[in-house]
Amino acid sequence: MPNADLAAVWLTLKLASVVTLLLLLIGTPIAWWLARTRSRLKGVVGALVALPLVLPPTVIGFYLLIAMGPNGPVGQLTQALGIGLLPFTFPGLVIASVFYSLPFVVQPIHNAFEAVGERPLEVAATLRASPWDAFWSVAVPLARPGFISGAILGFAHTVGEFGVVLMIGGNIPNQTQVVSVQIYDHVEALEYTQAHWLSGGMLLFSFVVLLALYTFNPTRRKPA
Amino acid sequence: MTFLRFITLALLLVATPLHAGQIRVAAAADLRFAMDEIVSLFSKSRPADRIEVSYGSSGKFYAQIRNGAPFDLFFSADSELPEKLVQEGLAIPEVEPYALGRIVLWRPDSDARPLTLTDLPRPENRRIAIANPKHAPYGMRAVEALKAARVWDAVESRLVYGENIAQTAQFVQTGNADIGIIALSLALAPGFAGAGSYTLIPADLHQPLRQGFVILKRVEGKALSRDFAAFFGTADVRQIMSRYGFSVPDTPAAR
Repeated sequence: MPNADLAAVWLTLKLASVVTLLLLLIGTPIAWWLARTRSRLKGVVGALVALPLVLPPTVIGFYLLIAMGPNGPVGQLTQALGIGLLPFTFPGLVIASVFYSLPFVVQPIHNAFEAVGERPLEVAATLRASPWDAFWSVAVPLARPGFISGAILGFAHTVGEFGVVLMIGGNIPNQTQVVSVQIYDHVEALEYTQAHWLSGGMLLFSFVVLLALYTFNPTRRKPA
Repeated sequence: MTFLRFITLALLLVATPLHAGQIRVAAAADLRFAMDEIVSLFSKSRPADRIEVSYGSSGKFYAQIRNGAPFDLFFSADSELPEKLVQEGLAIPEVEPYALGRIVLWRPDSDARPLTLTDLPRPENRRIAIANPKHAPYGMRAVEALKAARVWDAVESRLVYGENIAQTAQFVQTGNADIGIIALSLALAPGFAGAGSYTLIPADLHQPLRQGFVILKRVEGKALSRDFAAFFGTADVRQIMSRYGFSVPDTPAAR
């Protein structure tokens, strides 16, 4: 396999790992809030989180390109902070992917928290567990399948990202040239052998991921 | 009965007038604005006919046409790709040269002093956009020019690659890249002219961008394809093409 392809594979795995970690950090409080709140804003926040499910990736790519560009609010902030501009950089891709994959992480965790319900937390409270303690030692362990699903789906969906990367990536080796874009380039250049290698790899990877999801995380679990 | 009526209505809605022709044109992205003008001019005299244009990198269209993409005409940004289609039996000979393109350095600052390729390694040019040399002829010519100007090693790590020359121009126009090597035809197009400044890259630094088009074979001699191809030889079209910075055949530069 040529070096550029190996670099693309490595970059893709790096991107997906960083994004998954970030999304678990960002998504968990959102999911928790969505599961517990009685606020009227619940519907609005839920809809905002789900937006990337239905939006064309070009819409996300377009807005991010404008927002992170030199005249956009994000671009002006990053320039003022001395970071420079985010499009065509690895951090830029990370930010784009966090938006793009958000619902895939938040929704499974949200569902898992809802399935836990009020009761275990009330019991924990009668045992004098602080809300913080109850969250970590009761809610999170009970919602573990949701975290696993969310992490796997977030990772896989980031690996499969294409349209957003094409729009804000600039196709730079080791920075933004991920596998999906590399495959596109190979096909355009009629390098079908390399395209086959990478595409076959993606096919196998995606199947294994889904197999893992369905095997290790069965919907019906034995009571603990 | 209602069903029948519904079907009839649906058919009426999708059906185009009987005598109207329709062709699909695949055009290199450097033609984006010039071709739009040419098509609307053509449509004025042929209001019933429809010309649908898709823009993209020439290499992409070549790959798509080889895989059966339903295009009637292919306007490439070079002559090699249409020539290959002729050799593969997918296009009707001969390849018709229609323009000689030029590449320019472009940046989104209309008062900037002219730049040359040797200025590119300067630190303020953090990101330099070119079209993807793997499948866009304008990208290949940009790489040749950078190498001929002996700045390739200095700038390679700062290059960002547009999927086609129009996306490359858009990277610079939005300010996300500091400077780019784009088609003169785009630098002169509305939206770019006035929003930035360009410097021509000397034509002897790269292979000529001799652009040719072909009529594709899958359309068994659609008259409209031939009419549109012939229209490209008219003075009106030449005038539009010159306005977008192309030299057109018959002028000494293009042959």
